[in-house]
Amino acid sequence: MPEVLVRARGLTKRFGGFTAVDGIDFELYQGEAFGFLGPNGAGKSSTMRMISCVSPPSGGELTIFGLDPRRSGADIRARLGVVPQDDTLDIELTVRENLLVYGRYFGLPRPLIRERAGQLLDFVQLTDRADDMVEPLSGGMKRRLTIARSLINDPEILILDEPTTGLDPQARHVVWDRLFRLKQRGVTLILTTHYMDEAEQLCDRIVVMDHARIAAMGTPRELLARFTTPEVLELRFQPDIQDEAAKKVQGLFATERTELLADRILMYVPDGDAALAGVLDGGLEPVATLVRRSTLEDVFLRLTGRSLVE
Amino acid sequence: MTASQPHVTRGAAIAGTPYVLRALLVWLTVYRRIWRSSAFSSILGPLFYLGALGFGLGSLVDRHQGGLGGVPYLAYVAPAILAVQAMQSALQEATFPVYGGIKWNPRYLAARATPLRPADIYRGHLLFITLRLAMNSAVFLAIAAAFGSVRSPWAVAALPAAVLTGLAFAAPVAAWAVTVERDTAFNYMFRFGMTPLMLFSGTFFPLSQLPAWIRPVAYATPLWHGVALCRALTLGTIDPGSLAVHLAYLVALACAGLAAGTRTYTRRLYV
Repeated sequence: MPEVLVRARGLTKRFGGFTAVDGIDFELYQGEAFGFLGPNGAGKSSTMRMISCVSPPSGGELTIFGLDPRRSGADIRARLGVVPQDDTLDIELTVRENLLVYGRYFGLPRPLIRERAGQLLDFVQLTDRADDMVEPLSGGMKRRLTIARSLINDPEILILDEPTTGLDPQARHVVWDRLFRLKQRGVTLILTTHYMDEAEQLCDRIVVMDHARIAAMGTPRELLARFTTPEVLELRFQPDIQDEAAKKVQGLFATERTELLADRILMYVPDGDAALAGVLDGGLEPVATLVRRSTLEDVFLRLTGRSLVE
Repeated sequence: MTASQPHVTRGAAIAGTPYVLRALLVWLTVYRRIWRSSAFSSILGPLFYLGALGFGLGSLVDRHQGGLGGVPYLAYVAPAILAVQAMQSALQEATFPVYGGIKWNPRYLAARATPLRPADIYRGHLLFITLRLAMNSAVFLAIAAAFGSVRSPWAVAALPAAVLTGLAFAAPVAAWAVTVERDTAFNYMFRFGMTPLMLFSGTFFPLSQLPAWIRPVAYATPLWHGVALCRALTLGTIDPGSLAVHLAYLVALACAGLAAGTRTYTRRLYV
């Protein structure tokens, strides 16, 4: 059984009268990639900040490496790597200086920091920009530099708060690739995201968060099996007849779950092609159809009645 | 790299450098890049002040009044400008860079994710301000001495006195600046706080020129104590009693600022 690195019991964060995290329970095991999936405002970032020991919990229990963040914050932070939601790179320093200064925060000896900085810049493909200022770097490069910086202390847990939000698809794939390599090397990852493909690609286990609570937890495969069907049939109708068509669809497939979205109808079925044949046989005339596998997006819709990215 | 690295450096190295010095490093690293222009302006400032007030205004005062307090006007005003300049650079360094550490260039937010605690981040920044104060004050004293306005070997002690004056401003002002939500607050402080202090703290003329009812207000301000302290030292007119009062006042203000800053930084950075 792998070691438990983070344990939360009834973990709560309140800001005045607002409850950002409402009594959540989870465990993080060594070597796993653990994802918090949920829309903006679900409480993911508040949870990350509590684990990062920069936000004291308002209630419940939290231990990291078996230590209490209220008493051992500095010792815990010395063993964490943090990639915050907004980059906190120092724009008055060069790329390399950002790593050197940050490494000194951890009290690491200069020769070791220099050596690691060189390796890490290689790892995030920024060696040729090492002596440039940070400011003109692209968003993707800044994100990679933040990831390199978070690794300078060889952390036992890497915490990533929305690592690819705001990046274009190409930059996102580069970041995913680097994170995947870290995972292959056995680095324990906690990340938050509102992209289901990010969660599916990177995470061994996922927590679905909504309204400050945990709605479900499990491996991607478990969540798909538990909360959705193997396939989804998407139907689009002319907007003016969508409601009417939805009623007919529900009449034809009384036992299947359907979701009525603003622009389309989703049918959760074991066999999408068979269902589509049934719809057409029933005399319905959709303007567009799509048969696809279920995703975590469907899990989220099932659990919360809403889409992840709105 | 990450996985293959031996883990002996974890924890083992953490005990090394004191946290305050770790927090200081970022400021020094940036300063190393700009020190030439910064040094240049720290020489020009005193030259302007001493030239305009000492020679321009001073020659008038000396001709019509025979100096001030028994010494040439330049000797009277130079230690005051030393204290004023310490206040000014302390206020500059303890406002916008502190605010910027959260808003513009989130240096504070980067450091809080590391073993450094908010109190370390605060004190490391104050330590940098202290070094800047010491450099500026040393340059000023050297120039003032070259102008012949230093009249006692006690003037050597005016260097720490000026630094203390600056810290008595920087510590509480940084403690406040970290809580500020909009940087316009600083402009109000400069306009309605710093400017009157600079003009009415016995800097350019003795407080005896002011109406009697307003003098106690001036005596209560930190700059007046800083000016009186620096002036007593460069002129060698030392009275142990008032020296103790000035020192106690400035040390108390700096310590109160330090205590407040530990609290405000913690509240601001640990949300």
